[in-house]
Amino acid sequence: MDKILFGDNQFFGINHLSEERAALQSIRFKNPEAIIKVLDWAYALNIKTFMCTTHERIGRICSHLRANPDKYRDLKIFPCMPYAHKYANMLTELGVFETMKRFMPGSLIGAVVKGGAVLAKSDFVSMMKLLVDAEMRMFEGIRTPVVFLQNVVTDLLLGMKMKDFFVAFYEYIQDRYGAEAGFITMNPPLLLDTLEESGIRNPIVCFSMNKKGFRMPDVAACEKALREREFRPVAMQVLAAGALGPREAIEYVCRFRNIRSILFGASSYEHIRETKEMIERYTST
Amino acid sequence: MIKAALIGLGKMGISHCSILGAHPDVDLCAVCDTSRFNLAAFEKYSPFQCFDDYREMIQTCGPDCVLIATPTRFHAQPALFAIERGIHLFVEKPLCVDYGDALELTTRAEARGVVNQVGFHNRFIGSFRAAKRLLELGALGEVYHFVGEAFGPVVLRARAKTWRSSKTEGGGCLYDYASHVIDLLCSFFGEPSGVTGTTFKKIFSTGVEDAIYSTLLYDCGLSGQLSVNWSEPTHRKMSTRVTVWGKEGKLDVNSQELKIYLRRDRPDLALEAGWNFRYMTDLVEPVTFHLRGEEYTAQLDYFINRVKGGRPQANMNGFSSALATNRVIERLLGDRSSAGNRGQGLGAAPSRRNFTSWFANLPRFQLFRNERWK
Repeated sequence: MDKILFGDNQFFGINHLSEERAALQSIRFKNPEAIIKVLDWAYALNIKTFMCTTHERIGRICSHLRANPDKYRDLKIFPCMPYAHKYANMLTELGVFETMKRFMPGSLIGAVVKGGAVLAKSDFVSMMKLLVDAEMRMFEGIRTPVVFLQNVVTDLLLGMKMKDFFVAFYEYIQDRYGAEAGFITMNPPLLLDTLEESGIRNPIVCFSMNKKGFRMPDVAACEKALREREFRPVAMQVLAAGALGPREAIEYVCRFRNIRSILFGASSYEHIRETKEMIERYTST
Repeated sequence: MIKAALIGLGKMGISHCSILGAHPDVDLCAVCDTSRFNLAAFEKYSPFQCFDDYREMIQTCGPDCVLIATPTRFHAQPALFAIERGIHLFVEKPLCVDYGDALELTTRAEARGVVNQVGFHNRFIGSFRAAKRLLELGALGEVYHFVGEAFGPVVLRARAKTWRSSKTEGGGCLYDYASHVIDLLCSFFGEPSGVTGTTFKKIFSTGVEDAIYSTLLYDCGLSGQLSVNWSEPTHRKMSTRVTVWGKEGKLDVNSQELKIYLRRDRPDLALEAGWNFRYMTDLVEPVTFHLRGEEYTAQLDYFINRVKGGRPQANMNGFSSALATNRVIERLLGDRSSAGNRGQGLGAAPSRRNFTSWFANLPRFQLFRNERWK
C-alpha cells in the first residue's frame, strides 16, 4: 500500500462541515471530466492510489482509465463498497427483500437464476458475493489490489455480531479477485477484536484518526490500538472535516509510525500538493 | 445489564439492533420479525434468539425493555402488550398512524410508569440542540417566522408497493419524512395552534403523498412554513433545515452546521454581531459506538440510561411530546381534506383529446417554445 491514498468524498457532494459547500462541489464535479482533471493533478504529483466508493459516476472514470492505459500505467484503485445511499434510500422505499432483489445482478441469465435461487434459500453469503460482483464490474481491467467494505456495512455487521460476513468477504475478495480485503470502520477497537476472533490476521483497517476525536469512539482507545495491535492501519478524516489546521493535523497523525497509509481528498492542485508534501515531511522526520 | 428485545428488522430495526448489540450495558436477548426472509438472516448469522411472534418473545425472554421498529400501523399492539407487563419502551417514529392510538399509548405508559421514548433522532443532533438552546436564550429576540424543510431522494419514479406506499400502514412522506420536521419544529417553537393552506402532492406515488406544504400558526403571532418533499433528486440523503427570523437576527441550521446572524454583539452567548458559524465537529457529543450519525446511538444511550434509572430523568422525546407531533399530523390531514381535492396530485392524466392543449400549457413547454430560457 502506498503511503498516500487519494479519496473521493469531494467529488460526490460529501462535506462533513457544510451542506452548502458540498452542494457547490457536487455542481463542480457533475461531469467526469472535472473529476479526471483533479485525479490527473494528484497523479502528476506521484499519488498513485485512488480510493473511491462504487458510485455510478466512478464507472465513467474507470472507462477513461481503461481508454488510456499508458497514461495510467501505475494507477491503482481501492474500491470501497457499497455506495450505501443507493441502498439506504431504496430500503426506505422498498424494504429489505425488494432491495436485495433489485440489486441482484440482472444482466446475465446465469446471474438472474443464481440471484433468484440465493434469495429463495436466504443464502445471504452468496447474496453478498453477487453484490460484490455487481459492484466490482465497473473496475474490470483496472488494478484493484485492496477492496474495502464501507463503514456503514462494516459497523452494521459488527454491532449485529454477524462475523461470518467478514470472513466471507475477506476470503471472497482474495479468491475471486486476487486482492486483499480491507475494512472501513468508525469503531476500530471493537472491529479489531472481532476480526481477531474470526481468525483474520493483520487486517487492513481504515478509520478516522484526528486529535479532535471527530468520528472516533475514543481518541485514547484508538491511540492504544495503534500502539499495541497488529494490523495495517489506514488513517482517514485526519483533518477532522477541516476543523483542524493541516499542519497540526498531519503532524499528529504522522506521530504514529505504524500507520501504513493516509487517506485524504482535496479539489485544488495547491491543496493536494501542500498536503502531500506535509505528509512526506512529517513522515521522514 | 439491561435485557432488551427488538421487534421489526427493517431499515431502522437493523440499525437499532447493531447499536444495541454493541452497547456495553445491553444484553440484546432476542429479535422478532414476521418476514421469513429478514428473520432467516438473523437465525443463520446472528447470536440473537429469533421469533416471529412478539408475544412469545416477550413471554419467553422477559426483557427489561422493548424496541419497536415495525411499520407504524403495527406499533400500538405490541406497545400495549409491553406496557401491560411494565416493560420500558422505545418506539420508532411517528408514535402511531392514528391519533387515538397514540393518545391511548401515552396515557397507559405514563400511568404504568414505564420509560417511554420515540425515535425522533433530530433532537439528538448537536446543531439542532444548539439551535434550540439559542432560541430558548432569546438570541433572536422576538421570533416571528420560520421555515422548516426536508428533502430527500426516496421516491423518484413510480414503484412497487410496500408499507411505506400505503397510507393506512403509516407510509407516505407525511408520516415518514415530514413527521421528523414537525417534531423538530415542536421542540423549537412548541405545538402550533392551527395549520392552513395545506397541500399534499403526489409526484410519483399513487397511494400516498410525496410532498407536503403547509403554514403553521401560533397564538403568539408566530408563523412558519413547512415544506417537505421525498421525491427530490438533488439531495444525496435526507436533508433537514430550519431557518428562523427574529427581530434581533436570523438563524439557519441543518444537521451539520449552525449559522446565526445577530444585529448586535451578545458576549453572554459568545456570539458577535453579524454572521456566526458553528460546525458539527464542535457541536457533536462523542458516543461509544458509531453507526450512521452519532444521533442514533445518542438516542438509544439516553433511553438505556433512563431504563437503568440513572440520569437524565427528564422525559425528552417521550410519548407525550410525540403525541403533540401526532396532533399536528392530524391537523394537517384535516386541513388538507377540508380543502376538497386540493393538492391531490400534479393534475389528472389527460385524455387523448385534450393532451395537446394540456401539454402546451405546462410552463416548461412554453419555455421551450419561445426559447427565451437560453
